[in-house]
Amino acid sequence: MKRKHKRLTFVFIALLLLGSAAALVLTAFEDNIVFFYSPTELAEKSPGPNQRLRIGGLVEDGSVAKPGDGVVTFKITDTASTVPVRYKGILPDLFREGQGVVAEGRMRDGVFQADEVLAKHDENYMPPEVAEAIKKTGQWKGQGDAPGAAQGKSE
Amino acid sequence: MIHRFANPTRFLRLADRIQPWAAGLTVVLGGAGLYFALFSSPADYQQGETVRIMYIHVPSAWMALFCYTALAAACATALIWKHPLADLAARATAPIGACFTLLALATGSLWGKPMWGTWWVWDARLTSVLILFFLYLGYMALNGAFDDPERGQKASAILALVGFINVPIIKFSVDWWNTLHQPASVIKMGGPAIHPSMLTPLLLMAFAFKAYFVWVLLMRMRGEINAMKIRAVRLRQVHAAEATSADAGAATGEAR
Amino acid sequence: MSGMETFLEMGGHAGYIWPAYGIVALVLAGLWLASRRFVRASNAELEDLNPRARRKRGSGDEA
Repeated sequence: MKRKHKRLTFVFIALLLLGSAAALVLTAFEDNIVFFYSPTELAEKSPGPNQRLRIGGLVEDGSVAKPGDGVVTFKITDTASTVPVRYKGILPDLFREGQGVVAEGRMRDGVFQADEVLAKHDENYMPPEVAEAIKKTGQWKGQGDAPGAAQGKSE
Repeated sequence: MIHRFANPTRFLRLADRIQPWAAGLTVVLGGAGLYFALFSSPADYQQGETVRIMYIHVPSAWMALFCYTALAAACATALIWKHPLADLAARATAPIGACFTLLALATGSLWGKPMWGTWWVWDARLTSVLILFFLYLGYMALNGAFDDPERGQKASAILALVGFINVPIIKFSVDWWNTLHQPASVIKMGGPAIHPSMLTPLLLMAFAFKAYFVWVLLMRMRGEINAMKIRAVRLRQVHAAEATSADAGAATGEAR
Repeated sequence: MSGMETFLEMGGHAGYIWPAYGIVALVLAGLWLASRRFVRASNAELEDLNPRARRKRGSGDEA
């Protein structure tokens, strides 16, 4: 009986130590583990012009523009701060106003020059009719409509 | 209670009774789950038809975590209580968990490309699940790396327990850090964020995967118990041969 | 026929959805088959080492 208790205690202590070590390592590498910064966090960090990083947030309503030559400009917001983004390339299917996005690139003269834009969707799942019904009641808190539904608004 | 089933024969008798039920449940729940997943559920307002991948991706991920928890529990039981079947249960569980983890990664990748726009990112959720896959492989490799099976069991058990810290990291990665992978939809504060018409196929497939796990686990336990018996018989044969040759040597020695 | 085509097309995402279901079926079936082979092989080997039939049939009949 005594030996079993000793083994139990040993394993418990070992796990405790391991947990603390993991916590320390993870906090130390926080910067690298964070996949993207929100616009507010980006303002706090004020990165240099050659620092590669990612920003994430929602595409601000009415901010999407296509000045030509395959370039897209839009604004990413976390409702507190906004960052203008400039991107040339293929946009994911889900990209539209009100949708979550993550852009990777560099800050240049207050504009984020993006090399890659990924769509980030939320954790809500429901059929289109249910989404429509909720929108009609004005209680909609989720992200944008199905792709193509917002085309009627843009130029 | 587990000590009651320390006897392999008694365990096998129980396994014989349970296995047909596990098999039946797998087929029934899996069939119903596939019907709802592919036919009788709507597309998602945001993700369209790709939401159907959720019905195999999420249950795979849940099983990947569940199997690792079972593996760690079995290893702890073997190390602390020296339960004779615990090591065998761990060995039987590991390949099943590894398969589910691989499926979680593969189906996730096939879901991510159309929805996110990429096959893979190194965010906290995806990276920690990949680490889980390596832990499974490491366990299986370490287990078989020693001539003495007991040393292999002990070494791999320690790896499994040390790696268990990864399980809460996986679960909470989407809350602790900014990730591309979205937060939890089912087990979260405020209840599930999934419409009932989609929750049905998800839960059916989840339970089908669980039943499949029990089915295959019992099969593999039988194999592991057989392997244990085979090792014991072979060991006896070796000892018997050594005893005979020792006697023969002694006899020859006297004759000289 | 159009109903079946619409179903198989999966809103244009067929190239992702069907391979996903396919790989799940493949891996789970493969694991099940490998496990069955594991049990059968070990049963056979155990039977070889510890033939129970010898006591029932008497000697000399082993196949």
